[in-house]
Formats: sequence, structure tokens, C-alpha cells
Amino acid sequence: MWQWLTQLYHRMGSPKWFYELTTPWIPWLAAISIIGTVVGLVLGLAYAPADYLQGNSFRIIYIHVPAAILAQSAFMMMAVAGAVYLIWRMKMAAWVAKVIAPIGASFCLIALLTGAIWGKPTWGTWWVWDARLTSMLMLLFLYFGVIALQRAMESEDASYKAGAILSLVGLVNIPIIKYSVEWWNTLHQPATLKLTEKPSMDPDMLVPLLIMIVTSYVFFALLVILNTRNEILLHERKRSWVKQLLSGQE
Amino acid sequence: MSLIGATVKRDLLLAARNPGEWANPLMFFLMVAALFPLAVDPDPSFLAKIAGGVIWVAALLATLLSLDALFRADVEDGSLEQWLASGESLYGMALGKALVHWCISGLPLTLMSPVLGLMLALPNDAYGALILSLAVGTPILSLLGAVGAALTASVRSGGLLLTLLILPLYIPVLIFAASAVYHAGIGMPYNGQIAMLGAMFALALAFTPFAAAAALKLNLSR
Repeated sequence: MWQWLTQLYHRMGSPKWFYELTTPWIPWLAAISIIGTVVGLVLGLAYAPADYLQGNSFRIIYIHVPAAILAQSAFMMMAVAGAVYLIWRMKMAAWVAKVIAPIGASFCLIALLTGAIWGKPTWGTWWVWDARLTSMLMLLFLYFGVIALQRAMESEDASYKAGAILSLVGLVNIPIIKYSVEWWNTLHQPATLKLTEKPSMDPDMLVPLLIMIVTSYVFFALLVILNTRNEILLHERKRSWVKQLLSGQE
Repeated sequence: MSLIGATVKRDLLLAARNPGEWANPLMFFLMVAALFPLAVDPDPSFLAKIAGGVIWVAALLATLLSLDALFRADVEDGSLEQWLASGESLYGMALGKALVHWCISGLPLTLMSPVLGLMLALPNDAYGALILSLAVGTPILSLLGAVGAALTASVRSGGLLLTLLILPLYIPVLIFAASAVYHAGIGMPYNGQIAMLGAMFALALAFTPFAAAAALKLNLSR
């Protein structure tokens, strides 16, 4: 098992191997993303029963919750990829961390915007200075900081390392977001889904949400893989396998 | 250890001979706080409510102002390379620099804050909380700031970038500190917030010098 893992790890370090491995994945990931989004949204928007308290406005949950989960997961993945680069100098990890930053920031922005739209009918206001909202806003600022720092560094290696250090320092924000609704009694409702407990939602509401969350992860993976492949082509464009690949397609 | 002591001593001496380094942020602190009564409302009962927060925001901005120069000179004149060549750990350098930064920014701000409290009609009960929260909170600002300063030391016009990187990390400190001052002002206990600040300080003291040391090395690979 361990040997297999280390072997996988060494292979992951090879851009060519990653590129060739993921080529057949792309249509599948794209198909799952599209079908999952359509099925999840149709089930959620048309078939799930209206909430007894919030009526139909709760349906934005099918965008809001997956985006918020992804925004936090993406930050953690970015930090882990950055740490891998800092420790083992694996180029692939640096590229993955670099492409995650704007994608994660987009999910964070979507979560904040849909949250504001949801807040208007439910709380009567677009924005409150609630613990969870504030810490999500901090997360967005941290994403912006990582992106700005990476853009500002002159040497490429330094930009990857600086981004990795900042995302590792920013990691302290993740537990603050996660537990903000439990530590502080705030306006934002506690987590709907917990791994350890039976969900408090009706299955008709829950299933579309789970579909949307899984689909979002797949969509995120698709985006990361596509962008990482671009980075690979950009950085390895002088290598013979890329030249062969590109000339073969023409 | 002696190298850290020598650096701290040298930097403090430099600050003493170049008073602008610590006096300018202090002036800035005063001026920013003076803007609020002029712009919002000079009514003492209103000012009393926002005084703690305004003083903390001003202290935070003043801290940022002096951070940019923290490592820049050392990167440019080669002191950083000499430090690495000496074999001493960069952890010590980061810690020493954060200490110096606190001595020339956080400490004067803390000592100056009661004056601002008077100007902003801070409730009498809140002075203890204000000074305590600044004394525990400003070292966190210096420690976190050292990471940002190390990351941006060789970036051209890194000052603005530094602000963007560091401000989000300052938000938790600001929340707890301002809430301590506010609660003291309305006669409520504020031990909880000060304890949280103390915990953050301990955490920052233990971990941020590692991040700053790693970031400092980036400035050599230009």
C-alpha cells in the first residue's frame, strides 16, 4: 500500500503523466457536471417541497451551500498543495495551488452573493455583520491577497512559495468560519449537514442538495484539471512531448 | 542568541536616532482618530460608544504604516544574506524584528491611547480594558505583520500589497479587542475577550516566526 502511494506520488510529479492521465477524464467530468447540475437544480427548484418557514426562498440553498463548502475546501486544498510545494518542491503542486486561487475566490464570491440574495427575504437585509458572513468575507480577502501576492512576485518560484506561505497562514480562518455559527449565537443558521448526525432536512430537500454538492466538487475538479493542463502546456512547451502533441493535433 | 540581541539593539538605536520612524505612525494614529468626531458626530454620548473601536482601527492602520520598512533595508543592503551566512536561525531574526517593531509602534500606541480616550470621551471604566487590550493585541499585530513584511520585502511598491495581505488576518484581533473595550465601557466583564487575545498572542508568538523565516528566504532567490 505504502509503496503504491509513493509510486503514485512520484508519478504525480510528472506533468506529462498527469496530462495523459487526465485527457480521458475530461468528457466524463464535464458530463457529470452538466447532468448533475440539471438533475440537482430541477429536483431542488421544482420537486422539493417549499420550506414551512421560508417558503420558496430557501431554494437558493442549492447554489449557496455547495459554493460555500467549495470555497472553504478549495482554500484548504490550495494550502495543502502549497505545503507540498514548499516541502518537496513538486512543480505540479505549485501549479495546482496557483490555479485553485481564482476558482476558490469565485466560489467564495458566489456564496457571498447568493447569501445576500437569500438574506434579503429571510432576514430583511442584504448584509449583516454576523460572524459567519464576516469570516467568509475574510476568506474572500485572503483569496484576493494570495492572488495579488502571486502576481506581484517577479520570480515564478518565489510567487509559488509566497502564495503557499500566505495560504498556510490564512488557514487559521477555516475553523473560524466552520465554527462561527456554533461559537457565537448569530443570525446565520447552524450547519444543515453534519457527518455525525442524522440530517434535520426532509429527504426530498436533502437529496438535491447532496447532488449539488457532489456535482460542485466534480465541477471544481474539472476546472482545476483544465487549468492545470494549461499551466503544464505553458511551462513544458519546449519539451518534445508537448511539441509532438501539439503538432499531432494540427 | 547574541546576534538577535545585537540586531534588536541596533534597530532600536536606529529608531532612536531617526525619530520619524516611530513618531510618524504615532502622529498618524492621533490624526486618524481625530477625523471621526469631525466627520461623524462630535456628541460625547455618541463618541463614547464608538471610541474603543475607533482607537483600535487607528492603531491597526498606524501599525501597518510602519511595517513596510521592517525588512526592506536588510534585504537591500545584504544584512539578510549575512544573517543566513552566519548560520543563526532566521526564526530568531523574525522574532527579534517583530519585537523591535512592537517597541517602536505598539508600545508607543498603547502609552498614547489614554490621551485619545480623553479626546473621544471614552467611558471611565473602559481605560483599563483599552490599555490591556492594546498591550496584549499590538504584539499580535507586529508578529503577523512580520510575515507580511517578509513576504513583500523585495516586491516593488510592496506597501499597498502588504496592507491587502495583512488586514484580513488582523480582523479577529480587532473584533475581540474592540469588543473588550466596548463591554468594559458599559460595565460588563471583558475577561473573555482579553483571554482570547492572550490565546491569539501565544499562538502567533509560537508560529508566525516560522512563516516569516520561510518568507524571508524568498527574498534571496531573486
